[in-house]
Amino acid sequence: METSRDDFVIAIRSAFLKKGTQQRFSLLALISFSVIFLILSSLNFKAIDYIKIGLKEIVYRTSFMVSTPEKFVKKNYFIIKKHFNLYEENEKNKNDLEYLRSKDLLNEFIILENQRLKNIVDDYLVKSDDIFAKVINDKGSPFLKSVIINKGSKQNISLGMIVMDGVYLVGKIVEVNYLSSRVLLLSDLNSKIPVILEPYGILSILSGTGKNYGIIQYTKKENITTDTGAIYTSGTGGLFKAGIPVGRISTNNIDNKKNVKFFSDFSQLKFVKVLSFTKIEIE
Amino acid sequence: MTELRNKNFIKKILSLVPLFLLYLSVLNNFDFNYLELKYFSFNFSYILIFYYSLKKNVSLGYTHIFIAGLFNDAVIGTPLGISSLIYLLLCGSAAYLRNITLRPSLIKDSIFFLVAILIVNSILFITLNIVFNYVLDYSDQIINITYTFLLYFIFSYIFNLFENLALGRTNVE
Repeated sequence: METSRDDFVIAIRSAFLKKGTQQRFSLLALISFSVIFLILSSLNFKAIDYIKIGLKEIVYRTSFMVSTPEKFVKKNYFIIKKHFNLYEENEKNKNDLEYLRSKDLLNEFIILENQRLKNIVDDYLVKSDDIFAKVINDKGSPFLKSVIINKGSKQNISLGMIVMDGVYLVGKIVEVNYLSSRVLLLSDLNSKIPVILEPYGILSILSGTGKNYGIIQYTKKENITTDTGAIYTSGTGGLFKAGIPVGRISTNNIDNKKNVKFFSDFSQLKFVKVLSFTKIEIE
Repeated sequence: MTELRNKNFIKKILSLVPLFLLYLSVLNNFDFNYLELKYFSFNFSYILIFYYSLKKNVSLGYTHIFIAGLFNDAVIGTPLGISSLIYLLLCGSAAYLRNITLRPSLIKDSIFFLVAILIVNSILFITLNIVFNYVLDYSDQIINITYTFLLYFIFSYIFNLFENLALGRTNVE
């Protein structure tokens, strides 16, 4: 009994304390260093913050270069996939175009009327200048659904700014470095935004799932009766302007659950728009 | 003489392949998300680190593994230092297994690997969830662990083949 305990201690000691022939540090020393690094960074220690920012700038750019071959494969995979669906997509687009043309005539009038009414109720928001950024890294992590963009604090990007793909909402800025930033996508488990479900007019919270769809939380599911509903930001909380298109309600065929299919395809992001909204000052 | 020098040079380059793969895997963060495979993901870095720490511990080096962990954290957005800690714990478990094993076998190695990744991933999830308030999808993690374990057999065979054929090392078993 005593001998087997001794063997265990010797094996552990040898594994963690002994330096190999070409090793500069023992395992225990590096483990301690990692723990210290973790603790200091969670306490927002200044020196560690600078190391973090410097390291991230280098790693993001290196990762962008390293993943070029994979991006090439990915791009071609999507091109081939698109070619297979070309005919059906074209037919669908023709029908949609006819429908949208008729709708567009009404839109201009409604937008102007809405702007005028919001001015009256003191709820009109003006957006900052758009900052266009290139997505340099879109690695899906098991813990975070995020992308890295090539604009940072140097280009006046700040925490909490919203990120859009065309007119569709994509996410918000959660980390800002000097020349790069991280965007938390709407599909991330940690993402929660206030939304409104139209045409029902139900206020709710859209939560990410870690997959390529979202879910509607804190609302009675029986209120949503059809799959025709679209989801827009509600503007509650003041971070997002009301009315930014987010996605469409769809029913999952497997478990019959109502999910949210995002308008923007997050796996295909190349360029995004970063902006913020501020309330207009009426004198 | 020149031929011998060339051979040594090629061998030296080939011996850096595991290190190159390690940095490539953390910087590129191999995923097959674009294939939209719902139930498939694995952690190549775990397999690589465990295998080389167990069989050929000079190939990677603890310092490189530590740096690779920092790179991985920067790429995937987890708190800096956590992947290094996990990778080094995995190295520690591999080194422990190496010390206690007299007659190595793939089955024993893989079972130990499964236990090791279950423990280190538990540490990772507890830290992320409790200390850093990350919300995690546990079913995804279970799928990841299962495939990492299953693919250990295949990658172990490939790495063995590489060590035997390219580097002529027969003592990797």
